[in-house]
Amino acid sequence: MAITDSDVKVLGMWPSPFVMRARISLNLKSVDYEFLQETFGSKSQLLLQSNPVHKKVPVLIHRDKPICESLVIVEYIDEVWASGPSILPSKPYDRATARFWAAYVSEKWYPSLKGIGAAQEEEAKKAAVEQVDEGLALLEEAYEKSSKGKDFFGGDEIGYLDIAFGCFLGWLRVIEKLNGVKLLDQTKTPGLVNWADKFCAHTAVKDVMPETDKLAEIAKILAAKLRGAAAPPK
Amino acid sequence: MADQVVLLDFWPSPFGMRVRIALAEKGVQYEYKEEDLRNKSPLLLQSNPVHKKIPVLIHNGKAVSESLIAVQYIDEVWKDKAPLLPSDPHLRAQARFWADYVDTKMYEIGRKVWTTKGEEQDVAKKEFLECISVLEGELGDKPYFGGKTFGFVDMALIPFYTWFSVYEKFGNFSVEAEHPKFIAWAKRCLEKESVSKSIPDRQKVYDFVLEMRKKLGVE
Repeated sequence: MAITDSDVKVLGMWPSPFVMRARISLNLKSVDYEFLQETFGSKSQLLLQSNPVHKKVPVLIHRDKPICESLVIVEYIDEVWASGPSILPSKPYDRATARFWAAYVSEKWYPSLKGIGAAQEEEAKKAAVEQVDEGLALLEEAYEKSSKGKDFFGGDEIGYLDIAFGCFLGWLRVIEKLNGVKLLDQTKTPGLVNWADKFCAHTAVKDVMPETDKLAEIAKILAAKLRGAAAPPK
Repeated sequence: MADQVVLLDFWPSPFGMRVRIALAEKGVQYEYKEEDLRNKSPLLLQSNPVHKKIPVLIHNGKAVSESLIAVQYIDEVWKDKAPLLPSDPHLRAQARFWADYVDTKMYEIGRKVWTTKGEEQDVAKKEFLECISVLEGELGDKPYFGGKTFGFVDMALIPFYTWFSVYEKFGNFSVEAEHPKFIAWAKRCLEKESVSKSIPDRQKVYDFVLEMRKKLGVE
């Protein structure tokens, strides 16, 4: 049974993992929302008004008030719709741990993943893959500790870190496919392999996780457009 | 049950200062351990194996890394006193947004201001002053970013004020000249004991940087 709150909008774009974080969180809380998609290459008035500082998606607009920055949005959703399943863990130390890994994934690991796509020659690609692998080894360990034998970082149910990290799985699969590399591997990261499958199959995720083929198309268009230019959109 | 709280830190670090201020706001007793960043202690390397950076807060043996994460942890554990974040979810989101803005801008741009020269430095100075402008806009007429009381964003930002002498002297500009309101906010924060006893004197920071530059042969 969906909660129809007075006014919930998400400004975003379907390929963006950061936008996905907001949508998964709203889905988890069974909150209905209007998804307003930005056009590639231009920014709407609403976006520029709602996020004048960064001019980026996602933006959550709740009762006409904008909230920006994907992880800030996730915490906001958790706090406002407090009666739904909890996204952040309840104990302060577990919350700090989840926040730590979410920051790591966003600030260090995801850029290294993009580095594989950006690498021009074999040497650079190899080095980029190694970096991503190192990160995945750390995340595999974090998963073992956090899940305590359950399916998700959050335990029985998906939580903050599942959302913060899982949103990148679409792009991870694209990069694997387009570069002929295997990043999530049964021999190296068995926990994460299991986790990835379960995460993508979750009801709150499956309708917002883009298909690998569709994302691959976008990747190719982006690569053509941005060859030699600035970083890909967040 | 006595809490055992240790802070691994480096006195000029603005990130470390945030945690010191948070602990002082909550009246938490802790052991301060100064790290030599060229010779990091086994405890630091053990406690923050991923980044190997300070500050690290160790509470009853459990390590929390990343300054704003540690500040939120402190707020949640010692929740009965001096709330660092507002209770309203929208205001909390605003506070987190602006703290993130400070995190992604101040350190990097500030660093470029005092470590670069010529055109690169000019660009950095412009960006820095824009950043201060944006923050001043957010502050508005409020005494603190947190409103009537000192809060999360104030705590995230005030440590960088200790580095202003560094930015201004090496960048050859004055923040006060362009943004007196911002400086007034900074001085207001310094009137709080939790802030003034947690952060070093600006001159001390400047002298430290001067010495570091000499050692590195930069000039």
